[in-house]
Amino acid sequence: MQDFIIAENIVKRFAEHTALDGVSIRVPRGKVFGLLGPNGAGKTTLIRIINHITMPDEGTVTFDGHDLRADDMLSIGYLPEERGLYKKMKVGEQAIYLARLKGLSEHEARRRLKIWFEKLGIMGWWNRKLEELSKGMQQKVQFIITILHEPPLLIFDEPFSGFDPVNAEILKKEILELRDKGHTILFSTHNMSSVEEICDDIALINHSKVVLQGPVDEIRERYKNNTYRVTIPAQVSFFEQSVCEVLGEETKGKEKVLTVRKPEGETNSQLLSHLAEQVEILGFEECLPSMNDIFIRVVADNELH
Amino acid sequence: MSKIWIIIQREFSVRVKKKSFIILTILMPFLVAALVFVPALLANMKSGEKNTVALIDVTNHYVSVLKDTTDIHFVYETTMKKSFQQDGSPYDAVVFIKGDLTHHPDAATIYSRGEVPHAVEEYVNDKLTEKIRNDKLSAYQFKDIKQVVADAETKFSVKTARWDKNGNTTVSSSDIAGVVGLVFSLFIYMFILSYGGMVMQGIVEEKTNRIVEIMVSSVKPWQLMIGKITGVALVGLFQFVIWILMLTSIVAIAGSVFGVASTGAMPMVGGMSSEIPQVAGLEWLHIIQGMNFVEIIVLFILYFIGGYLLFASIFAAIGASINEQQDAQQFMMPIVLIFIFALYAGMFSIQNPDGPLALWCSFIPFTSPVVMMVRVPFDLPLWQIILSLVVLYGTSALIIWFSSKIYRVGILMYGKKPTFKDMMKWLNYK
Repeated sequence: MQDFIIAENIVKRFAEHTALDGVSIRVPRGKVFGLLGPNGAGKTTLIRIINHITMPDEGTVTFDGHDLRADDMLSIGYLPEERGLYKKMKVGEQAIYLARLKGLSEHEARRRLKIWFEKLGIMGWWNRKLEELSKGMQQKVQFIITILHEPPLLIFDEPFSGFDPVNAEILKKEILELRDKGHTILFSTHNMSSVEEICDDIALINHSKVVLQGPVDEIRERYKNNTYRVTIPAQVSFFEQSVCEVLGEETKGKEKVLTVRKPEGETNSQLLSHLAEQVEILGFEECLPSMNDIFIRVVADNELH
Repeated sequence: MSKIWIIIQREFSVRVKKKSFIILTILMPFLVAALVFVPALLANMKSGEKNTVALIDVTNHYVSVLKDTTDIHFVYETTMKKSFQQDGSPYDAVVFIKGDLTHHPDAATIYSRGEVPHAVEEYVNDKLTEKIRNDKLSAYQFKDIKQVVADAETKFSVKTARWDKNGNTTVSSSDIAGVVGLVFSLFIYMFILSYGGMVMQGIVEEKTNRIVEIMVSSVKPWQLMIGKITGVALVGLFQFVIWILMLTSIVAIAGSVFGVASTGAMPMVGGMSSEIPQVAGLEWLHIIQGMNFVEIIVLFILYFIGGYLLFASIFAAIGASINEQQDAQQFMMPIVLIFIFALYAGMFSIQNPDGPLALWCSFIPFTSPVVMMVRVPFDLPLWQIILSLVVLYGTSALIIWFSSKIYRVGILMYGKKPTFKDMMKWLNYK
């Protein structure tokens, strides 16, 4: 299957610094793609280039099989990190205005907005000025505006910032639903737990360059270091170290969780049988490194070089 | 194109629906009309209150000149009484003349418990001055001296006429043309500055709101800028048309209702009545009618649009580059200075509408809207109008192009305030 966005060798220079230095990413169709990186790494610049807001100095962007052009804007829904709408304008009027700029007719915009406003429970605010709404409600309005024209590509820059956990959950559900309907989603964040939950692929940008890219599972697989979590009864105190190296232990009520390193060349079954000879095993799982760990590690490595 | 149209609609309707706009648009013509009519009405009305004044003339020489008027009633008394000073006194004032004023000018005094009524003082001064002068003239004992002096005393005002192309003469007056021109140039000054400022304010608002990021993901920045500038311009023209219509009807209605001759009221628009004293009442009508108001209004609109485009696009670039309204000050300064210079140039042009200053400032696009509005009532050669408009619109187009380049980069730049040098660099950004 063809990738939806292919950015190749993007270079963007500003007066004092280079924001993007030969960045290439491929966003697969119908997937959630996470764009990660510390502040100032160049994520927003890349997003603006894909949005056709700024032009790259070098490099090309292929959008759905053709070179990115101005009218592709209509096929993108963009939720910027810095949220903002007209404060003095009525919510409904404003949403219709922005939808019309994305190519919807007034009638169609109104019809779809009604459905979404009902769905997210903000219909009562249609005729209020935006500034009268709470922050969370403004976020909902903005989310609806972003997706209303049902574009094939959705770009969310830090979508969860400013949402309370309940609404963040609703939002997450909506994003995954959109993906299942076939929308491609580009998703920029530093919230690593959300990356594990909803991203299929990621690219990590640091200092204007892509330092890590690929499917989330693969990356976590690649960064695993043969550690496992073994749960045993808490009263067992003795454990023979020759079986495997114990990196840490933690007692939770009647259970004790050990973090162990599997010896080189041994299979899981072999390790388990060795362990089973000594203690009762209540649980056994492989420790995959969290995206958070990987992020910190890669960025730290990168700083060294 | 349709996107620009959607933006224009929003920019227009948001502003026109504002309460402040509606109130100002409706009230302004009434305020202007009030400025014109109230003084006229007041002047026509008698104060109604009649002053009773005691007159004590020891010489008995001046009694004959101080007669009752509609406002003042004189009661002749022979001596100054203590009771005149008390509250129960029937007199508002006491005129006390104790000697021959021809030789002792300080021999007359008006006493009053409160402020001496102005009308009384004025009347007494007028009449006594006249009497004293006559007395002095009589003292020379020339024959018929009074008639000679009265005959010599005239006020003269030259009649001016203008030949039109067919050789007909119409009554004209450079004073009136100057006032009409000045009023229109003040109007254009006000319109360009306030609506240009409105563009800047709107842009700064969008930038600080951060909605601009959403906007530019739907439309190109230049579309947003052009849409905003056009929308605001339409608001200005809309207001201008309403004002003209309302003012015309208010002047017509009020004129007939209050009986204030509209011939007297028209030239006073803008409170300029004092500058044009020498033309007799009825001549106004002919002179005003002799002016081509259609031409003036058409040119006003053309110069407003041209000047507005020029300045609004500069304002747009400034608005996009700054982060807060307050930062605008340093950039506003030079623009306001240019405008003040233009206004001065315009005022000097009244004295000499075809002089070199007026001529040059008519072709410099930054001053031409204001200066040309002063000169237009003086009937300019067509080539000057066309050349000045071409230069104005050409420069506007160029500035719009420059500004859109700065705007495009500026609206997405946050943080430190850019210098002029930074802004020049933005011109080269892709």
